Amino acid sequence: MSGIPHDHYEPNSKGEKWLHSRLPIVGLMYDTLMLPTPKNLNWMWIWGIVLVFTLVLQIITGIVLVMHYVPHVDMAFNSVEHIMRDVNGGHMIRYFHQNGASLFFVAVYAHIFRSLYYGSYKSPREVTWIIGMLMYVLMMGTAFMGYVLPWGQMSFHGTAVITGLFGAIPFIGESVQIWLLGTPNGAIAQPALNRFFSLHYLLPFILLGLTIVHVWAFHTTGNNNPTGVEVRRTSKEDAEKDTLPFWPYFVIKDLFALAIILAVFVAVVGFMPNYLGHPDNYIPANPLATPSHIVPEWYFLPFYAVLRAFDQDVWLVIAVNWITFGIIDAKFFGVIAMFGAIVVMALAPWLDTSTVRSGRYRPMFKWWFWLFAVNFILLMWVGARPAEGIYPYIALIGSTYWFAYFLVILPLLGVIEKPNTPPATIEEDFNAHYAPKGDGAKPVASPAE
Amino acid sequence: MFRKLSLTAAMALALTAGQATAAELEIEVTDYDFSFEGPFGSFDQMQLQRGLQVYTEICAACHGLELVAFRNLSDEGGPALPEDQMRAYSEFYEIFDQSLFDGEGDFRTATPADKFPSSSLSNAPDLSLMAKARAGFSGPYGTGISQFVNGMGGAEYIASLMTGYHEEPECALEGEPMDGFYNVAFAAGGFPESCKDEHGKHKVPGSWIAMSQPLWGDDVDYADGSSTELEAVSQDVAAFLMWTAEPKLMARKQAGLTGVLFLTVLSVLLYLTNKRLWAPHKHKD
Repeated sequence: MSGIPHDHYEPNSKGEKWLHSRLPIVGLMYDTLMLPTPKNLNWMWIWGIVLVFTLVLQIITGIVLVMHYVPHVDMAFNSVEHIMRDVNGGHMIRYFHQNGASLFFVAVYAHIFRSLYYGSYKSPREVTWIIGMLMYVLMMGTAFMGYVLPWGQMSFHGTAVITGLFGAIPFIGESVQIWLLGTPNGAIAQPALNRFFSLHYLLPFILLGLTIVHVWAFHTTGNNNPTGVEVRRTSKEDAEKDTLPFWPYFVIKDLFALAIILAVFVAVVGFMPNYLGHPDNYIPANPLATPSHIVPEWYFLPFYAVLRAFDQDVWLVIAVNWITFGIIDAKFFGVIAMFGAIVVMALAPWLDTSTVRSGRYRPMFKWWFWLFAVNFILLMWVGARPAEGIYPYIALIGSTYWFAYFLVILPLLGVIEKPNTPPATIEEDFNAHYAPKGDGAKPVASPAE
Repeated sequence: MFRKLSLTAAMALALTAGQATAAELEIEVTDYDFSFEGPFGSFDQMQLQRGLQVYTEICAACHGLELVAFRNLSDEGGPALPEDQMRAYSEFYEIFDQSLFDGEGDFRTATPADKFPSSSLSNAPDLSLMAKARAGFSGPYGTGISQFVNGMGGAEYIASLMTGYHEEPECALEGEPMDGFYNVAFAAGGFPESCKDEHGKHKVPGSWIAMSQPLWGDDVDYADGSSTELEAVSQDVAAFLMWTAEPKLMARKQAGLTGVLFLTVLSVLLYLTNKRLWAPHKHKD
């Protein structure tokens, strides 16, 4: 792998040389594990490992669940209950899988917000970012389709809402919805369950493949770090002053963080596995009885809030509706806004004009960033509230800020903000926290913000 | 037959009314103390057996438990009936077996491997998962904080529903007579217009439920001499239904506790390893 200069694998024994000349797999593993990693990475750089762990956990538990699950509208619900009641350890496997989705999204949001704060998406890491965004969208699709499989009330009526989004597309929407659901009248029935099951099994393996590409991309550019300053590549000696090999330094650090996160995760699974779910999904799907309050899982709520924020009373929606001769109505506008919210985030590398990478050295950016983070939580909360009273206004303000952050604030800040000067090297930043011996300076506990 | 039909109609009404008003309604759920709450809580075996008795003598007349097998009654972490008692219990039931009579099916005596029968009334929901299918607590502004503090509350909801039958409020007498029975803990039922204020907000909690009051107190005779007051019997049956909904609750908490302890120890070891590993580079050695 190109990039930061470091020692590469040299086969020593006869056997190693034999294999290396045929398949350099040991060399690949060595170079991956010994990757020079900026030594000032803080605790926000542990989420990647958590995500890889969670993906593997979901795949393993998922494969076992599929051995007992029946993708049939009359049997799916009871087969899940069969897993919960009769399969050895089935209740734990199922609860791990169900709550694993939440762990996945906790980790991915932390991972994304870390990137947004430290400018990890900026050149030369745009490809890593774009692949990451693609994985995030696939994750959401996978999570949604997994939620359909138990065929409970929320599964069923959630499917109606989500496929209905595609039905809002002008002219072709109805055909698309029928195509998605696989029934001539657009009913949610056996064909929908079958294809969601098939895709729910497929997509995680595509995610696994994209994980490799994602890692490959940032191993080519090298990790970002809290200063946003690049590792010196002038020589191996210079690079070694800025970095430490991934193994063992970061593997052990990440495993330590993972163990703490898993302790919390296991406590949730063991003591309150249904806290993040909806009681309605323990009622078998019934097309004739719509739950009074259809709410997606917590990790979709911010985007659900954006979807519902643009109703027909918003002047922008009215204006767009008028200009397009009614082709873009309120419902379709909401769908565009929801997908647009992710698109503008994916475009962040080209919207952010600042020359300084890390938010640590951007005095104005910091405030806008934290407001963005609080706004995300606010949208999550308002997404779970009924669309009445003051809530639509909060959703509208929050959604507007989401778009303003990417489309107005990030481009403008690069022009008007006067950034502070980042340290010249990573070594300088690291030593500022951990003074070399005899320097007399008191070491600070951690380089974390 | 007539009664069944009229109840179904009431239920259909109840469902549509429930949708329109779900956002404004309030229910009264009491935070009963159950033995199975909290990380260390466990089922009270005697209470589950009493709850089974209440279910058998009263609930089973209309409701089913189609996800629970008779053999489960002997499972550890449940009512844990001795095997002979469980067998004797299952023999009280006649179940329909499709394989009999050359595929035409017939009734036969149940065996431990059989499941409890389904509901005998079409609008009486199956009770197997009831304790997980109802939220019980939510919290101010949908924060869910009350669930976090008080537990999910499905069992509390069931006990509150059993004790929640009250005299109809005066406002209900002003309008059309309501189908069903007024219950302060029931959310999804019909609600008279005369009990709403000008903004559509409900002036009284709960709604009208199709089920008439099933428990009144002193409905059963407990062999162990426990209290048969309404609140006590309601909690017994609620605890039993929590077990039917979550039969592996005790095994799960045990696994959770073991897991948390193991991971805590592992965290400490990894913390020390990590500290030692980095010490030379952080100039702390």
